[in-house]
Amino acid sequence: MLDLGCGDGVLLKYLEQTRNARGYGIDIDDANVLACVRNGVNVIQSDLERGLAGFDAGSFDCVILSQTLQAVRHTEEIVLEMLRVGREAIVSFPNFGRWDLRLQVALGRMPVSAELPYQWYNTPNVHLFTIADFESFCSGHGIRVLERVALHRGRPVGALANLLGSIAVYRIEKPR
Amino acid sequence: MSDRLKRVFLFMAPRNHIEPRSVGAVRPQTLHFAEPLRLKSGAVLDSYDLVYETYGTLNAAKSNAVLACHALNAAHHVAGWYAEDPDNVGWWDNMIGPGKPVDTDKFFVVGVNNVGGCFGSTGPKSVDPKTGNPYGSSFPVVTVEDWVNAQARLADRLGIGTFAAVMGGSLGAMQALQWTIGYPERIRNSIVVAAAPKLSAQNIAFNEVARQAITTDPDFHGGDYYGHGVVPRRGLRLARMIGHITYLSDDVMMEKFGRALSSGSIGFHFDVDFEIESYLRHQGDKFSEYFDANTYLLITRALDYFDPAAAHGNDLSRALAVARARFLVVSFTSDWRFSPERSREIVKALLDNRRDVSYAEIDASHGHDAFLLDDRRYHALLRAYFDGIFERL
Repeated sequence: MLDLGCGDGVLLKYLEQTRNARGYGIDIDDANVLACVRNGVNVIQSDLERGLAGFDAGSFDCVILSQTLQAVRHTEEIVLEMLRVGREAIVSFPNFGRWDLRLQVALGRMPVSAELPYQWYNTPNVHLFTIADFESFCSGHGIRVLERVALHRGRPVGALANLLGSIAVYRIEKPR
Repeated sequence: MSDRLKRVFLFMAPRNHIEPRSVGAVRPQTLHFAEPLRLKSGAVLDSYDLVYETYGTLNAAKSNAVLACHALNAAHHVAGWYAEDPDNVGWWDNMIGPGKPVDTDKFFVVGVNNVGGCFGSTGPKSVDPKTGNPYGSSFPVVTVEDWVNAQARLADRLGIGTFAAVMGGSLGAMQALQWTIGYPERIRNSIVVAAAPKLSAQNIAFNEVARQAITTDPDFHGGDYYGHGVVPRRGLRLARMIGHITYLSDDVMMEKFGRALSSGSIGFHFDVDFEIESYLRHQGDKFSEYFDANTYLLITRALDYFDPAAAHGNDLSRALAVARARFLVVSFTSDWRFSPERSREIVKALLDNRRDVSYAEIDASHGHDAFLLDDRRYHALLRAYFDGIFERL
């Protein structure tokens, strides 16, 4: 497993302890690297924006990018890199298509919510996109969606995912 | 909160460990090895001495031993001081001691002067029992592999089957790496700081200039200067000066010395004008008083020859396939001698082998020498890693 933007490594630690998974986290931040070492998980300090050149194709069962895709500059490259080094990828992101965010924009303000707690002037999020945008990105890049779940307050939403989901989680692969 | 502020807060946070102290007054010990050491070159060292120091206590299970490997100009005196020479503080004293990142209340730390050295272990200035004269030019060329083999024998004698960790910076890190290849079952953690998997042409070029400085000194006498009552001081001084330039970053040199003048104005002569000149001369003078020129030649050659991938079709991943240890690899952003890129080569080879590895790139301005300095992020990382080792003992 490879966890991109792994933060303090708790997800890796959890998966190692509960699923017997083995893996590496990648993070650029010094404090996160230190936290990972404290948590006893493997971490490679590296800038995601520079790609995953240190990893061979197909070297991971699964590459995870949790709540980070909206905050990177080279979005397209990173998704393709994930699917190069991993047989499949799990991506989660805040859905800008949720109805209350749409409403805020319709009322003339940039959206702020529990999942997107930033103001326009201090947000780390540089690519704002919706579930529909991501699906069209996948089909445009020959990426197959294996599984999809949209969540709101931790619970899966049924229909109208793009309207009701605040977080989306995708399991994807790129057939070789 | 900005990252910078977060960092400030992180380091202001109270730490739940005792105030770091020194291991205090220490005393080197010497062991004689009568069993011949077959060297990589094919030469054999019939018998030899190793001088070493230890700090902390080996636990009953003998599982808490840490070997700290020295780089070019250091030796077995890693931590503490000497009662008769209190200013002679160990080269990694900021890292190793009670309450320090490598906590000697938890670990038993060993420092050893490598074979070929000039601080008590058998080297070129030692007397060859066959001739009754110093080895001088007849001392065989030693390699990192040879050093590690000798260190393993020292471990045997100290009753250490497996090291909890072998650690080192620069050339010391190469030994920590070699341990995982030569003795994969005898090392559980390898701490590889400011390293390279092999020297670049530029690295070798600097070494060659240093060696030329020594061997062309008229006082060198083909390496057998001991009998002439002289030492090739000028050569050694130059070698140290050129080496020292490569240990520092351009930025830190500029910050420390800039273009400051020793006497306030330029003198239109070729004696010392700039502070940096005076600093380098001082470093060179100091070094040439205590270091042996033949040892300098040997150690720079050991650096040149280190290339574990060479025996595996230049494939470092294959070379490290036998490794079983967990790794911590650390580099420093301003290190241009062994840049972070060189450490990433090691990390990549370990990832290829699915080894447990963590890698940190410390944003430090001091160049290659940063591995010896007290940098908070670096030391916090080492502390956290060694806490983890201790938990798994």
